Amino acid sequence: MKTPSGWERLRAWFLLPAWIWMAVLFTAPFAIVIVYSLLTRGAYGGLGLPWTLENYQRLLDPLYLGIVLRSFAMAAATTVICLLLGFPLALFIARAGGRKNIYLQLVILPFWTSFLVRLYAWLFLLRDTGLINTALQGLGLIHDPLPLLYNDGAVLLGLVYGYLPFMVLPVYATLERLDPALVEAAADLGAKPWPTVLHVILPLSAPGIRAGSILVFIPALGAYLTPDLLGGGRTVLIGNLVQNQFTNARDWPFGAAISVGLMALVGVLVLLMLRREREGLV
Amino acid sequence: MKRWLGLYAAAVYLFLHLPLVILAVFSFNSSRFTVWQGFSLHWYRAIFQDQQLGESAWNSVIIAVAATILSTIAGTLCAYGLWKRGSTILSGSLYLSLVTPEIVMGISLLALFQWSFRWLHWRLGLHTVILAHVAFSIAYVVIVIAARLRTFSPALEEAALDLGATEWQAFRFVTLPALLPGIVAAALLALTVSFDDYVITSMVAGVDSETLPMVIYAMARRGASPVINAISALIVVVFGTLVLISERVRES
Repeated sequence: MKTPSGWERLRAWFLLPAWIWMAVLFTAPFAIVIVYSLLTRGAYGGLGLPWTLENYQRLLDPLYLGIVLRSFAMAAATTVICLLLGFPLALFIARAGGRKNIYLQLVILPFWTSFLVRLYAWLFLLRDTGLINTALQGLGLIHDPLPLLYNDGAVLLGLVYGYLPFMVLPVYATLERLDPALVEAAADLGAKPWPTVLHVILPLSAPGIRAGSILVFIPALGAYLTPDLLGGGRTVLIGNLVQNQFTNARDWPFGAAISVGLMALVGVLVLLMLRREREGLV
Repeated sequence: MKRWLGLYAAAVYLFLHLPLVILAVFSFNSSRFTVWQGFSLHWYRAIFQDQQLGESAWNSVIIAVAATILSTIAGTLCAYGLWKRGSTILSGSLYLSLVTPEIVMGISLLALFQWSFRWLHWRLGLHTVILAHVAFSIAYVVIVIAARLRTFSPALEEAALDLGATEWQAFRFVTLPALLPGIVAAALLALTVSFDDYVITSMVAGVDSETLPMVIYAMARRGASPVINAISALIVVVFGTLVLISERVRES
């Protein structure tokens, strides 16, 4: 065993900046939030003793439990719609031959443009004086503008629009690796194209669908900006509840408890995914 | 079936791109309302006359550039270090930072900064925003460069060593050039996520460090304005061009 060279000793320091940054600006802040979640709300919205678990008990209040369930339902609906839109699209790209890369880039490109801009685009289309209502009124089809914005439907639309690439990319990746011989075998055995997709391709792309579903579900569950802009305060999801506790309600301990709960949910989902991945690899 | 699949895909592509195209088209509308009245560059001129927009855009550029430089350096070193010797805790916390809801990251960083004010004499400002942006963009940088390293054979470094290069020379003249396209792509991704961020930024920004997304958000909240259409179109074009350039770099 040779002694470590100067370079090897220097290389040991390579991880240090990332270590420090993650410790000070990711782990420590969350540790503070955990501590806050166990404190009591003081007068004027400050923090005070005694230590308590009351903030977590409040999460079981039907009012807040309802918001949690709504967020779950919204995230689940987003995931299902993304799958319905994304799976055929991924299949199309995987079979596109030489133009594969262009089609793939067309999925990724909106993802690179500002999230805020993409939400504003829908605001521009859906609002009372927006393009859709103006056009319909111009055509004389409607008299009063349709209430397209500031409801659950608009929020769902925004979430699907924002997170669709997260579904398409992993599904495409598994379809790409799929052995074409399996599809050919199905065809040789007399399977028609649609049953082949349903009974051969769909089950084989399960790992990609699982990864895509989790990648869509997690940000949809913690979404804040989409329900804020397209829901206009009427569609309150977990993310808005957290934000509200830290601003208007000035109840930091409760906001912290919701955050810890949300992170626990996200952590469980990620662990589930990693476990399935490992099973898939063995 | 092929035809149906093609039609379906075309519809999904329309869904993805049409809203942005319409948004851009109406940035050239001479009317303030959503009725086409003729071509005009009026709203683009309005952008450059708006002082608040100018200041916030400048803030966004300073923040994005500083955060990109810092996170690209830290992330590149980290990816290389992890490639040589893995660390479950570090990569675990990097992955966790990627899936943490933005609002949770925002309030926890705010909590940290507020808490630090008891000991440190500083306030929320550009510096706190930069610190926060580096925190959430390191993970993106590490992932992009780690992906590049997976296709890089350690044998190349070893070959350089066998041919008499020092370890520093092997890193500097073999590994680093091979990683360069990945580093460029990672820096661009960091730049984009930093320039775009609203949720975390709005929590940790001070009164004098308003960013462009914060101003756009406030304007969008107040009501439609073709000025937002024009800024949006500019942002889409600038970042679209950057991405296409980076793809070229990566392919070459």
